[in-house]
Amino acid sequence: MDFGLSQDQQMLRDAVARCLADTCPLDHVRECAERDNPLSDKVLRAVQDLGIPGMLVPEEHGGLGMTLLDAAIVAEQLAYAVAPVPFLASHVLAPIALSEAGSEEQKAQWLPKIASGEARIAVAISETIEARDGAVVSSADGRLNGTALFCLDFEGADAYIVADAGGRLHLAAADAFRLETIPLTTIDRTRSVGELRFGGTEAELLADDNGTTTARLRDAGRVILAADSLGAGQAMIEKAVDYSGQREQFGRLIGSFQAVKHMCAEMAARHEPCRSLVWYAAHAFGAMPEDVSLVACHAKSHTGEVHRFVARTSTEVHGGMGFTDLIGLHYWFKRIGFDRQVLGGPETVRAEAAALQGWIKAA
Amino acid sequence: MDLDYGPEYDAFRKQVRDFIEAHGHLAPPYAARAARPSSKAVQWQKLLIEQGYTARTIPAEYGGYGAEPDILKSRIISEEFSRAGVPGGLANQGISMLVPTLLELGTEEQKHRWIEPTLKGEVVWCQGYSEPGAGSDLASVKTSARVENGEFVINGQKIWTSTAKQADMIFCLVRTEPDASKHDGISYLIFSMDTPGIEVRPLKTMTGDAEFNETFFTDVRVPLDQIVGRRGQGWLVANATLGHERGMLGDPDALENRLQALIALMQDEPIGQDRAIDNPVLRDRLVALQAEVSAMKCNGMRNLSNNLKGEPGGMAKLIVKLQSCEIAHQISALAIDAMGEMGTLYHRSPRERDGGAWQWNYMFQLGLIIGGGTAQIQKNIIAERGLEMPREPKLAKISDAAKATADMPRHKQGSA
Repeated sequence: MDFGLSQDQQMLRDAVARCLADTCPLDHVRECAERDNPLSDKVLRAVQDLGIPGMLVPEEHGGLGMTLLDAAIVAEQLAYAVAPVPFLASHVLAPIALSEAGSEEQKAQWLPKIASGEARIAVAISETIEARDGAVVSSADGRLNGTALFCLDFEGADAYIVADAGGRLHLAAADAFRLETIPLTTIDRTRSVGELRFGGTEAELLADDNGTTTARLRDAGRVILAADSLGAGQAMIEKAVDYSGQREQFGRLIGSFQAVKHMCAEMAARHEPCRSLVWYAAHAFGAMPEDVSLVACHAKSHTGEVHRFVARTSTEVHGGMGFTDLIGLHYWFKRIGFDRQVLGGPETVRAEAAALQGWIKAA
Repeated sequence: MDLDYGPEYDAFRKQVRDFIEAHGHLAPPYAARAARPSSKAVQWQKLLIEQGYTARTIPAEYGGYGAEPDILKSRIISEEFSRAGVPGGLANQGISMLVPTLLELGTEEQKHRWIEPTLKGEVVWCQGYSEPGAGSDLASVKTSARVENGEFVINGQKIWTSTAKQADMIFCLVRTEPDASKHDGISYLIFSMDTPGIEVRPLKTMTGDAEFNETFFTDVRVPLDQIVGRRGQGWLVANATLGHERGMLGDPDALENRLQALIALMQDEPIGQDRAIDNPVLRDRLVALQAEVSAMKCNGMRNLSNNLKGEPGGMAKLIVKLQSCEIAHQISALAIDAMGEMGTLYHRSPRERDGGAWQWNYMFQLGLIIGGGTAQIQKNIIAERGLEMPREPKLAKISDAAKATADMPRHKQGSA
């Protein structure tokens, strides 16, 4: 029995942390955020050198065949550094969809290129959770119609994996005919999303399994967003503690005031159990697939709540400085805001958790 | 990450499970677990010690089972009794606090004399720590013990002495060295509650019960050898015991049991043609609490693992008491809300649910948030030990600052 990270996993965590500390200082994040396309080629190359794009690609397709817990460890570090690079869809969900549901041909076509960093696939499954603005994608005869609103890791993708209203997954090339793509701008400049409008767009079927693979993507996506939230929350707590250990008012370090101390203690007390919950959920994805949906819901909704509190409280501890752009605390604040909303906010995810346990009466 | 306990432990788990199945009917009901254990509870305790399901690692020469410490086996025992809804061994202040203290710091004679009867439920203890003027600041105890004719003579008052009425013995913090500094003047004494000069007055709380007492000492005479540790070392001795108490208040199995009871209640409790769990707002709160409990269970597994590897507990351990008490309180609060008006029923009213247990818990758990280190003290510990934040400036500096402020000319009200 060992509930925790293995030595290899601790080394992975430290290696990613070091790499990002070198390549992704806050000044670089800020510089990227001010561009039209905020993604960082420099950080992406560094991440590729560590083999991260191939983490979840099976070894026979040129990847590292690692687990979702390994990916969660990376997600936590990416968020800790507010790294403006694609990860969730392109390096986690797309390889999972292809390796769990793809045909041999599809795997051979895409997985080696994903692992090498030559190709990136964005993923749009939000309408299977809740459709906004009437968005819906329908499929017939190898063609897609309709709109997918929240395509993740949108910028620079070579193809899109798209869920239709029946939970089937399709693969459409980014340069497909009759496909309109519109970038969306969110609070979080470190990740990219976009809208896909299909008008009879040609697409190949990736999974026709009553939504089984789509559900796997929801589970994995929620775990990774929870891990991201964990990393951003960790950074915000550390920054609050550091700041309050330097800033003096009334002739004292503000961190010696109980009011400030207790704010930090409350953040830490609520944050720390999230780490164990995220580890457990990520582990369950591979080891206990029958249990993962519920615990992924718990991890997603709980980190969403806890880190909203952390984001707000850490900003308050920083006083006026927290509110400015000068120290850039808001990059983590916004990352946490993104993690909370995407793939189902806490209320939506909790309703799903209730349904999974048979707690919602059939209408 | 490896959640398997392995074949040796799986076999042990089966053995525990089989035992509970075969003998569980002999256990006393939870409600009957009064301060003074019933004869049924004493019998059950005896059986559990023989099997090694309680007092497991306490040496046999002191009345325990004498097994090598094995954290996983202890964990399995706790999990299995909890899962079956069968009470495990006695859990009172004598067993959870005094016994570990004697094992660590008692003399051979004290160990032989007190541990076995305490484990068996024959000797019941109460704790004389807090005083009206010494709560969170426990080291400021004033109850004095002066030495006179080869005896300690104790005078003063203790408060929050639970089970003092039923107890045979007390472990008590007293000031024996009035001239020493605050932390160096305390001693840890153990003496009989039948000693002349002790008066116990029940302390009725908001629950309507008197779960605690006030205990008064007037010239209570105690032999000099009834001290644990040396004179003036009582603060260190007490800290060893307080660590055990904090562990006691944060059991993830206990949270899971409360949560399961809440789920059952919400699935039963009618609202019109529906059940409480059909109300989307109440249900949302239930799932949110389920996620909290789930996180604490995972945190508990992490602590268990750290413990097994001999690694320091760190933040994951420091936060347990604060979080567990808070979540337990929220579980009770949701149960009351789910019952609507029926949630107010109490004092054995007609239509009362679960014997009024949810209201009682809701009130009593507030006591647990305050007791064993208040939530505010817990936050200080998390901030100072866990996050290494700066300590409060020394009192003297604040007094100087306050004096300086007082000497300054003041603006008269309204003069601005």
